[in-house]
Amino acid sequence: MPIFFREPGRTPLRELEQLQRRMDRLFQNTFGTEQFPWRAGVYPLVNLSEDKDNLYIRAELPGVTAEDLEITLQDNNLILRGERKIPAEENQVNYHRRERESGFFRRIVALPAQGRVDKVAATCKDGILTITMTKPEETKPRKIEVKVG
Amino acid sequence: MAEKELQAKVKEEAPAKGERVRPGRVFVPAVDIFETPETLVLVAEMPGVSGDKVTLDLKESHLTIYGEVGPPLGAGETMVDQEYFTGDYQREFHLGSVIDQSKIEATMKDGVLRLVMHKVEKAKPRKIEVKVG
Repeated sequence: MPIFFREPGRTPLRELEQLQRRMDRLFQNTFGTEQFPWRAGVYPLVNLSEDKDNLYIRAELPGVTAEDLEITLQDNNLILRGERKIPAEENQVNYHRRERESGFFRRIVALPAQGRVDKVAATCKDGILTITMTKPEETKPRKIEVKVG
Repeated sequence: MAEKELQAKVKEEAPAKGERVRPGRVFVPAVDIFETPETLVLVAEMPGVSGDKVTLDLKESHLTIYGEVGPPLGAGETMVDQEYFTGDYQREFHLGSVIDQSKIEATMKDGVLRLVMHKVEKAKPRKIEVKVG
């Protein structure tokens, strides 16, 4: 056996182990939950959730009020359009940092296939837009009773 | 005045500083900071944070803003498709000018925090009278 393998603390087996651990970390970063957001890549990013009666779409829109928004439901698509405005400050100001952005946005969110909806309501609170869509009666989960024959 | 289309961005996570008691993520809010001759104004975007959940801490010239968000989902809801994460907001600043601690106004509206801090008046030259004893 070559002499360098006899070095204490440095065995081929241990090196393999280290490599394995590094590979695991790489896979976790690439495919794991850490990186999954912004699948659509269109502003605003939305979260879609549901409970047994409603579908919910939420988006973070700080500084956007109801009158800056235009929400349309077309077939199975929800269209979100609007504008984020940052009111101009008085003339005398000088900026240290300017990270907030203004501009317009337009996005289509495709609802799940069974997502025919009855009623739609939208609220804006603390910069979060929540769109609540009521599921029609026939798509709600039903309890099926088993009869004893 | 729709001049620019907004781009989707993933929120930046705040660097971990010690261990937190509350589980969850912490993000860095986007801020605008500007000065007028009398004031220093900080505007921070913290969607999901209501006015009573903001903590401001000013020690000498070290300012910390912290915003706590509620649970992302209502009771009984399950996530179907998630594009963004929710979490608290935290950011720290060293202020260049001296701030009058008693004159800080903070307002929270539609997820945007606006902090108006008044600068301390420069120490005025004083006349010292010498009494004749």
